[in-house]
Amino acid sequence: MIRAYDDIIVKTIARILTPFIQIFALYVIMHGHHSPGGGFQGGVILGASLILLFITHGLKETKKRITEKGIAVLSSLGVLIYSGIGLLCIILLGNYLDYGKLSKLLHIVPAEARSLGILGIEIGVGITVMAVMVSIFLNISTGGTLLEDEEDNTR
Amino acid sequence: MRILSLIIVILTAAVLIYGTLDMPDCANPDTPASQHVSPRYVTRAMEETATHNIVTSVLGDYRGYDTLGETTVIFSAGMACILILRKRRRQ
Repeated sequence: MIRAYDDIIVKTIARILTPFIQIFALYVIMHGHHSPGGGFQGGVILGASLILLFITHGLKETKKRITEKGIAVLSSLGVLIYSGIGLLCIILLGNYLDYGKLSKLLHIVPAEARSLGILGIEIGVGITVMAVMVSIFLNISTGGTLLEDEEDNTR
Repeated sequence: MRILSLIIVILTAAVLIYGTLDMPDCANPDTPASQHVSPRYVTRAMEETATHNIVTSVLGDYRGYDTLGETTVIFSAGMACILILRKRRRQ
């Protein structure tokens, strides 16, 4: 059961901090090539920012921004991006997940194509991890009801 | 009974410690694990993948199939959570 937190300080600080947390998460995903980080870590930070919103602003308010269907679609979309890049490499006459073959498509040297391929799969991993974190949090915290029927759910 | 458990624990610990005596030293470059594919990763990751972070290039490129499995495991965990916990509204 998640109700909106009844404290203006907590609500305001969470609202101000959330975009910065999300930008940091995107930085962690994008900068995984040059510093510690990557899809898993960045995805968890992104999911944590959404969970912070759910805790402070309540389920009803936050569900207007991210729906249950959207979360389910995002969690499969990440795996689809990952395996889609792998299949694209097969179509371009390479092995599965052999990003060097993407160079034919992008007109760059194979090493750069591999770098971009890694970035693509990291984005896919980040999307899946973020959506699954939020989905598990919502299902456990509301006992699986997700408060669809607010009126007869008085717990 | 307690004495017996203590003896079993000490014996198991002794066997495990004896097993570690054969293991190579920490950070020894001549171990089989460091001689097989690691030199290739360390020396050629930059020119082959144009990625400064060797960990990322191993995770995402050389061991990409493994990371795909990890992502699928996380996806299945989320789907299992939905399937087990989600309660539909009664009609």
